[in-house]
Amino acid sequence: MRYLPLTPDDRTAMLAEIGAGSVDELFADVPDHARLDGPIRDLPGHASEMAVERHMAKLARKNLTAGDGPFFLGCGAYRHHVPATVDHIIQRGEYLTAYTPYQPEIAQGTLQMLFEFQTQVARLFGCDVANASMYDGSTACWEAITMAGRVTKRHRAVLSSGLHPHYVSVANTMATFTGDTLITATPELTAEPDTDALIEAIDDQTSCVVVQYPDILGRIGDLSELAEACHARKALLIAVVTEPVALGAIKAPGEMGADIVVGEGQSLGVGLQFGGPYVGLFACSQKLVRQMPGRLCGETVDAEGKRGYVLTLSTREQHIRREKATSNICTNSGLCALAFSIHMTLLGEKGLRQLAQANHTLACKAADRLAQVPGVELVNTAFFNEFTVKLPTEARPVVRALADQGVLAGVSLGRLYPADDMLAGGLVVAVTETTTEDDIEQLATALKEVLA
Amino acid sequence: MALNQSGWKPEMTSGEERGPVATFTGARALMRDEALIFEIGSTDTTGVDFDILPGTGRETSEAGGGGAPSSAASADSPLHRPADGPPPHAGEDRLGGLARTREIGLPGLSEPETVRHYTRLSRQNYAIDTGIFPLGSCTMKHNPRLNERVARMPGFADIHPLQPTDTVQGALEVIHQLSYWLVTLTAMHSVAMSPKAGAHGELCGILAIRAALEARGDTRQVILVPESAHGTNPATAAFAGYKVEGIPANKQGRVDLNALKARLGPDVAAVMITNPNTCGLFEPDMKAISDAVHAAGGFVYCDGANFNAIVGRVRPGDLGVDAMHINLHKTFSTPHGGGGPGSGPVVFSQALTPYAPLPFVEKRDDGFHLVEEETADENHAHSFGRMVAFHGQMGMFTRALAYMLSHGADGLKQVAEDAVLNANYVLRSLSDVLQAPFGDSGPCMHEALFSDKGLAEGFSTLDIAKALIDEGYHPMTMYFPLVVHGAMLIEPTETESKAGLDQFIGAVRSVVARAKAGDEALKGAPWYAPRRRLDETLAARKPVLVWRDPEPAQAAE
Repeated sequence: MRYLPLTPDDRTAMLAEIGAGSVDELFADVPDHARLDGPIRDLPGHASEMAVERHMAKLARKNLTAGDGPFFLGCGAYRHHVPATVDHIIQRGEYLTAYTPYQPEIAQGTLQMLFEFQTQVARLFGCDVANASMYDGSTACWEAITMAGRVTKRHRAVLSSGLHPHYVSVANTMATFTGDTLITATPELTAEPDTDALIEAIDDQTSCVVVQYPDILGRIGDLSELAEACHARKALLIAVVTEPVALGAIKAPGEMGADIVVGEGQSLGVGLQFGGPYVGLFACSQKLVRQMPGRLCGETVDAEGKRGYVLTLSTREQHIRREKATSNICTNSGLCALAFSIHMTLLGEKGLRQLAQANHTLACKAADRLAQVPGVELVNTAFFNEFTVKLPTEARPVVRALADQGVLAGVSLGRLYPADDMLAGGLVVAVTETTTEDDIEQLATALKEVLA
Repeated sequence: MALNQSGWKPEMTSGEERGPVATFTGARALMRDEALIFEIGSTDTTGVDFDILPGTGRETSEAGGGGAPSSAASADSPLHRPADGPPPHAGEDRLGGLARTREIGLPGLSEPETVRHYTRLSRQNYAIDTGIFPLGSCTMKHNPRLNERVARMPGFADIHPLQPTDTVQGALEVIHQLSYWLVTLTAMHSVAMSPKAGAHGELCGILAIRAALEARGDTRQVILVPESAHGTNPATAAFAGYKVEGIPANKQGRVDLNALKARLGPDVAAVMITNPNTCGLFEPDMKAISDAVHAAGGFVYCDGANFNAIVGRVRPGDLGVDAMHINLHKTFSTPHGGGGPGSGPVVFSQALTPYAPLPFVEKRDDGFHLVEEETADENHAHSFGRMVAFHGQMGMFTRALAYMLSHGADGLKQVAEDAVLNANYVLRSLSDVLQAPFGDSGPCMHEALFSDKGLAEGFSTLDIAKALIDEGYHPMTMYFPLVVHGAMLIEPTETESKAGLDQFIGAVRSVVARAKAGDEALKGAPWYAPRRRLDETLAARKPVLVWRDPEPAQAAE
């Protein structure tokens, strides 16, 4: 019981002070039928630090980690090098063990960091403002769709076929219950995104068009035309960025006219972690700010006129507006936002551009190398650090077979779209700065063998 | 974009305002302000070095044929271009003509500057590591560092959510073990692990309820929410498309059972109830409430945010609950990180289990499987779908499981007992100076509730809170629950020592005595924090949400 500071003597003295004969008396309001007096069967007793560490390490060893060999998985979660400084700083107790900054005078560290984070995200996305983070990219995407509904008073959202299928699933789940209509499609293995189809799908009831950039197949296309088409019909353009490092190399969605840009910030500072916790990024134009969900940090002054920071515009939030709130969110991903922000500060503009360049150049090499494997066809013409290849057979068992050789080859579209046979041969390959040319060679060699 | 690289200096402040001696920097010894990264960094500074292109230096065209890679890159290889040189492969990109041309405006700092920037900022934060954090209904307890070590084991931290499942058997086993603990501690039937926070868990529970109702062709439209509920409860119900109606509290601070029964009917889909409730009290009629709701054809959602008060002593399944979220960061101590991440698994009764969200982990003879698509298994065809992209907060699961294993079943029971003991000790030790609105109705659970009655004219809960900051404490929860005037809700948790509580109680007593005596200095508090009272009205009226270079901003005006 090393985490419990009360001694038996303390407990006796405190019960006497309260005027209770035993701890059981403090649970007097719990009726007998609900009371569990004996020990909980089926669960073990307490364990030492060493024993717990041993148990957890044993479980950890059963997993094949990304660092164990060539690794090419992406599709919404990317393996980047995180400088040691990032993890060191986020483990400082003053960040790690702080609560939501409701008392701003003694939370300036968290608040200033969030203000810096908001500015970094807004600039990266090419938007006016950003919030202080959300759960993850998929939930941020859904929140953006509902926000578009509030702004336009329309409830028909057009989702690009290039949007991550899990993001589509989340939106579908939520739409079932809120009455929004979602227009969706699955992607085709073509070189270009489906911009024309999206533009055709916009009508006078359309609240928004949601497009991923780069998309699930790694394709990138200019959003300007789409933005114009949306605005002509008074709909909003929502861009979803699952790989923020890409924006070190390619134009920001806000720059091309997107009204709301959401994203997954995991690539910077956070790590893979089997899917969470991640950090949702959310930015928009100034005029939409009061419809934005989530926490916002704002600048102000204190009683002496010194600059300081507070959580602000909270009248949008659940603790003030209750059932009229813009969202039920009351938790953000503060610590992940801190990791993102530190990593971004270490990189700076120059570092981010170099990082993006390294990702892209290596991805080009990998694409060319894999295209030389007999039977393998490169789908994309334009991409950043992720691209799709078409295999002459189903990709899912190929990925499985390559894993046996210690090569984690990428994400088969068969896993993401189990119902769509047309996509079964698709394999999405992600390359980052952590990939070596040896890794690429090993993947190409192993793929050639498996396909032979 | 121009960044301020001219050397920022904090404003000089007068000695009168900040103490007897004005310092050149405006700093007070260890307490110093820290400029923003946009003021001290620059776009051509970077704190990272990486091989711009790792690898061998072979030209792309030579890469074919599968030959063995050569060893080192030559000095003049384009792969090892000096960092200050032109970018490699400039003009040879495959970015589809979308290469970024405009400057982003992201300032960089060197590594030492970065460490110092964030370390200095950290010192302006209060945290559970620096002292008691008595926020009622927020539950801030010690965060064991073993949990951090465990979460960072590469086998958990460096695995991808879409790896083939047979390469992540250990991770799936963690989810499975944690599920077992949660289901056993709550006497429920199943658990959905993917919700990312408490409020997200609420949504999960309500969506399962709605799916279950729709499955039987029922279109009930009302959710009843007692007025003592967390603000997330009504927001969640509304977000899921329901009409929200309140249920009053009785004089003892509990749900008014008769009012609830009177309102039940064929239009009520569910009741959302918090137990122990936000007044810090157990709802003794919970089973009667559940029975009445079930008899009327509705479901019972329990907000499990305060599960830490009863873990190991009461099982919600025995009270007739159909769905309840568990905030892992509260009951099972995963760090809250200045606002998150959280994690809010939802336990379900048998009636709701078929509607639980995807994905989830199943143990079969050949190992652990991940059920991701409803089409994959007919048993899960009723699932209401997916709530998040991947599998939930794995990094929180490992921490929570490590915490549970450390405490064991016996320790978790002790957790609830010590949390309740500490809260009652605070309640009794302050009830002679502060009015405890429900103090006469018996012991409290994990938190002690007081009102602001009896303070001198013009003094409020806010003044008490800000004065506590000067005493070195984080204030309690203010003005919540809404059912009590000027509420002060104190939750010490089980990880505070008696000596620490005695000191805190002494500080509260002293501040309350000053507020009763009308000590005007309280209204200026805090005096010694990194900032004096901040103007929140100004922040909301003229929102400044991102940093803008002051010079162009001025020129534009």
